[in-house]
Amino acid sequence: MTLLEFARGPALTVALTVFVVGVLWRIVSLATRPAPPDRSAPRVDAAAAEALHGIVRRFWPHPRFGARIGFSVFIGYLYHIGLAVIVFAYLPHIAFIRKLIGVGWPALPAPVTYFAGGVTMFALLIALMLRLTDPVKRLLSRFDDYFSWLVIFLPVATGMAAFDSATGGFNQNYIAVHLLTVELFLLWFPFGKLMHAGLAFWSRGITGVKYGRRGAMP
Amino acid sequence: MSLESDRPAPERVAAAMSAFVRDFTREAAVHMDACIRCGHCAQACHFYTSTLDPRYTPIYKLEPFLHAYRRTTAPWAPLARLLGAEKKVTLGELESWQELIYDACTMCGRCTLVCPMGIDIAALVSRARHGMFAAGLVPEDLRAAAERAENEMSPLGATPKVLKERIDWLESEHDIKIPLDLPQADVLMTFSSVEIMKYPDSLVAVAKVFKHAGESWTVSTKGYEATNFGMLSGNRDWQHDLSERIIDAAIACKAKTVVLPECGHAYGALRWEGANMHGAPLPFEVLHISEYLASLARKGKLRLKPLAKSLTFHDPCQVSRRGGASQAPREVLAALGVDLREMGDHADAAWCCGGGGGVVAIKRADELRHGAFRIKMEEIDATGAELLASSCANCRLSFDDGAAHYKWNKSMQGLTELVAERLEG
Repeated sequence: MTLLEFARGPALTVALTVFVVGVLWRIVSLATRPAPPDRSAPRVDAAAAEALHGIVRRFWPHPRFGARIGFSVFIGYLYHIGLAVIVFAYLPHIAFIRKLIGVGWPALPAPVTYFAGGVTMFALLIALMLRLTDPVKRLLSRFDDYFSWLVIFLPVATGMAAFDSATGGFNQNYIAVHLLTVELFLLWFPFGKLMHAGLAFWSRGITGVKYGRRGAMP
Repeated sequence: MSLESDRPAPERVAAAMSAFVRDFTREAAVHMDACIRCGHCAQACHFYTSTLDPRYTPIYKLEPFLHAYRRTTAPWAPLARLLGAEKKVTLGELESWQELIYDACTMCGRCTLVCPMGIDIAALVSRARHGMFAAGLVPEDLRAAAERAENEMSPLGATPKVLKERIDWLESEHDIKIPLDLPQADVLMTFSSVEIMKYPDSLVAVAKVFKHAGESWTVSTKGYEATNFGMLSGNRDWQHDLSERIIDAAIACKAKTVVLPECGHAYGALRWEGANMHGAPLPFEVLHISEYLASLARKGKLRLKPLAKSLTFHDPCQVSRRGGASQAPREVLAALGVDLREMGDHADAAWCCGGGGGVVAIKRADELRHGAFRIKMEEIDATGAELLASSCANCRLSFDDGAAHYKWNKSMQGLTELVAERLEG
């Protein structure tokens, strides 16, 4: 079995299995924690609207904090959008997803996605620099923060490296390594902070409902 | 603390862990799991902003609580224990975090405004205090105040006997009636011990407003103290007891409304936590005094002489940002006709005075609190307003202390007193 066959075969199966089972386990574990009812009389009684408002309004910083956190938020947006473009708008990735789940969609031109890849790597490096140099971020950071950064950075970097500009094709060994880094990402996803991709909505929604019913805005 | 230090360390840690685990509800768990450690919360915290000490980053104040969660209850806790990824929480760790959990957090909730995940850090700190109390790790002055509240009905010595004496004195001094222990009244009025002992004119102001509006009201010696030091110190049983006193008193006099005094955390304790402590919806309405004044203004029951001055208003965090009643005092100020000059950060975004969450009761936190108070002074000075008002006696205490410390020439007035001074007729 070649490295590429291993990456496309058993490694991918294991990574996807751990990803799906791990994510489900984490969600079920959280969902089954006790949730005592709030018996206070609500000022506003529209839980769904409050949850939605809580989720949506945190996509951008509260106006009073824009100046203080704006750069950090901008860098965050840069690599989140960049990653979304790379994963969901690059033709080979769409083909890969179609093979996995049977659903596909039109791709963006390749140069656009290469540019997104470059911007994403740049933004990720800035994010890492901020984490290492900002006293607050440095103090808060632990293994999860650095490892999660690594498992995002590696697929982008190896994906960019796999493209052979001289031939316009892909180096098969690099593709294998690229796939393995993606699998590392899938393996780590349920265990660390990467789960915020889904938990952000849950967390914001809880606060949205809690303070929405008070007519407050935290 | 001598008694606590006699308890074996493992027993104290076990007590803390047991309380922590009880507090790992779905809300707490999701919030702790969702944190991406961006540190944005630091930018909202008055203690971080005034010191630039990263230890005062709000989410960092919860580290032992987070460790306990990841080791005992988090989805991957068994794995974390197996791999030794999360060490046991130690007494030393809890002791070293006492300052961060108590002295350096007013539970103002400003950090939640900026958190991209919407994590309610103030609520998590409040939960973490339960474990700290169980381990005997509450600052002694705060613990003593809470114990007095539980045993004597007041953290500041405003016992029922003292309350009666004060009311007798105020009634004769100001020729006003403060009805005590009426068998039936529409409104049960409560006070803060800070008002009773330090700002007794607040009681007179309340009586004048009720008289002016022609409302049926009473004060009960069974449940008059609205502050809840059980909640602030982290003793859930005491929090329950203190809330139940007011609830029982209100039910006994068949009150339709309980009016909470100029106190921020009293609002959180009864308006938003009271029913949860009681275990059932409350059979009466709960209003902060600013909401009550606003409702009187709306009904046309407040006839006020205009106050032709500029004024800035300090929002008590638990009433505005965490309580949802930011607009009520502004309605009252509009009825007074003042030239309201808002601070740069006001209403939901207002900076805390630094004294909330029981911090003003912790003597050793004075220096930290005074540092945070500078933010408030600068914002108020920038408004150029002639008057300064708020609707929290605890904030007022914090302001008076801060003003004395810095020899600042501003003095805070209670909103109710401002209204009472401008009543017509």
